[in-house]
Amino acid sequence: MKRGLALYALGAYAFLHLPLLVLALWSFNASRFTVWQGFSLGWYSAAIADTRLVEAAANSLLIAAIATAASTVIGTLCAYGLWKRNSFTLSNSLYLSLVTPEIVTGVSLLAFFQWMFRYIGVRLGMHTVILAHLAFSIAFVVIVVMARLRTFDASLEEAALDLGANEWQAFRRVTLPVILPGVIAAALLAFTVSIDDYVITSLVAGVDSETLPMVIYSMARRGVSPVMNAISTIVVAGLGLLILASERLQRR
Amino acid sequence: MTRLRAIFLAPAALVMGALFLAPLAIVAAYSLLTRGAYGGLSTPWTLENWARLADPIYGVILLRTVAISAVSTLLCLVLGFPLALFISRSGSRKNVYLNLVILPFWTSFLIRTYAWMFLLRDTGLINTALLALGVIHQPLPLLYNDGAVILGLVYANLPFMVLPLYATLERLDKSVLEAAADLGAKPWAELTRVTVPLSMPGILAGSILVFIPCLGAFLTPDLLGGGKSIMIGNVVQNQFTTARDWPFGAALSLALMAVVMLLLAAVVRRKGAALL
Repeated sequence: MKRGLALYALGAYAFLHLPLLVLALWSFNASRFTVWQGFSLGWYSAAIADTRLVEAAANSLLIAAIATAASTVIGTLCAYGLWKRNSFTLSNSLYLSLVTPEIVTGVSLLAFFQWMFRYIGVRLGMHTVILAHLAFSIAFVVIVVMARLRTFDASLEEAALDLGANEWQAFRRVTLPVILPGVIAAALLAFTVSIDDYVITSLVAGVDSETLPMVIYSMARRGVSPVMNAISTIVVAGLGLLILASERLQRR
Repeated sequence: MTRLRAIFLAPAALVMGALFLAPLAIVAAYSLLTRGAYGGLSTPWTLENWARLADPIYGVILLRTVAISAVSTLLCLVLGFPLALFISRSGSRKNVYLNLVILPFWTSFLIRTYAWMFLLRDTGLINTALLALGVIHQPLPLLYNDGAVILGLVYANLPFMVLPLYATLERLDKSVLEAAADLGAKPWAELTRVTVPLSMPGILAGSILVFIPCLGAFLTPDLLGGGKSIMIGNVVQNQFTTARDWPFGAALSLALMAVVMLLLAAVVRRKGAALL
């Protein structure tokens, strides 16, 4: 039974990982078709030469950078506040935002922006995408930072307060340095969910704010192409590295 | 402390209030309005959008969504249980094996879905290989059907099943298993009559954690179902984009949201459920 189980697990891991590995391997295929015809980096240079792709990637990076910075600060402060004393309403809205189907989050933000903008005359664009990303990534930050705070010895902070630090100093000089790996891990996580989002982004994006997932989606709708395989491989490798780094930091 | 805490919580409360709760409230209001000319909104207030949910066209899509989600959940359970069992019994390597389950979950959802398009399409890797081996002479229609959608959902959501299952299996009292073995239970009997019943909280939690994202799926049916295999998520998106019937789309999204919350309340109430 033990060997049977191990054999099964091997199959299950193949199911989980082979599709992406095969895709990555085929991105180096010289041929445009599925038959293997030798190693080539041609699709990668084609991907880099595609201006629409490069622009979208730049948009994605900019959006993710701003949204991540904001959600990391706001989420970390929030986690700390909730750690001191829970707030039923706030923590439940955070959980709720995590389980709400993306399509529902997306259409409600779209409805909200359209309603607001009717009165102030602003259009959908980079700013709405950034706000949307900020909204859905805060919950991830709070959860990761909170996990870190649960392992933090509160008596350290009490000692600082006894020794004359005020509350802000105790947080800034004692607690924050200890939980910093958790905060960085949370930021990396927020960055990955932001850079990967398609469903919400596509609903609140304007003409000037096409992101990489939006280009990938429209290419996927048109069918499979070797250029797509190359972009996919770059994105997956990049995200994989970020996640590994985040995991490392969370365990430190 | 209270003042600093209030200052720390304020920005998050503001963002969640303005960019999560308020939009939901707007959607709730829209679901009670009438569709105006050019897809705009107008009064009178009405319950008509909610009544339309009972329309057979949407009833069928709703049933399809539930059926596809149920089958995917069941498959995740059947495929995930042995994997969770394997991980819980693999001693010091547990964390590595666990991370191998979680890793693909964090790598681009869109690209993982696309990878299946690459494998399943008529000229994809699977069909090309089978044709070359002479097993088939016509490419199999693997992509753009319910089967492909279910496959995509299982692939995407398997980690949600494995994690809670692993958490309960990990906490199983080993002495109970030993007792069963001492009393003459064969491995299979031990599994089906001791291990599985004892891991019910994990099974329940995992099933709901898989079922919920399946119900709200949009990308998977969109890309792998190719417009032929439609689920509720696609209808919502369509109402807000092409069809431009926002009030009805709003009612649909809220109904979806309500189902998700009911299911979740069921898990949270059962204390045994191991939520990530």
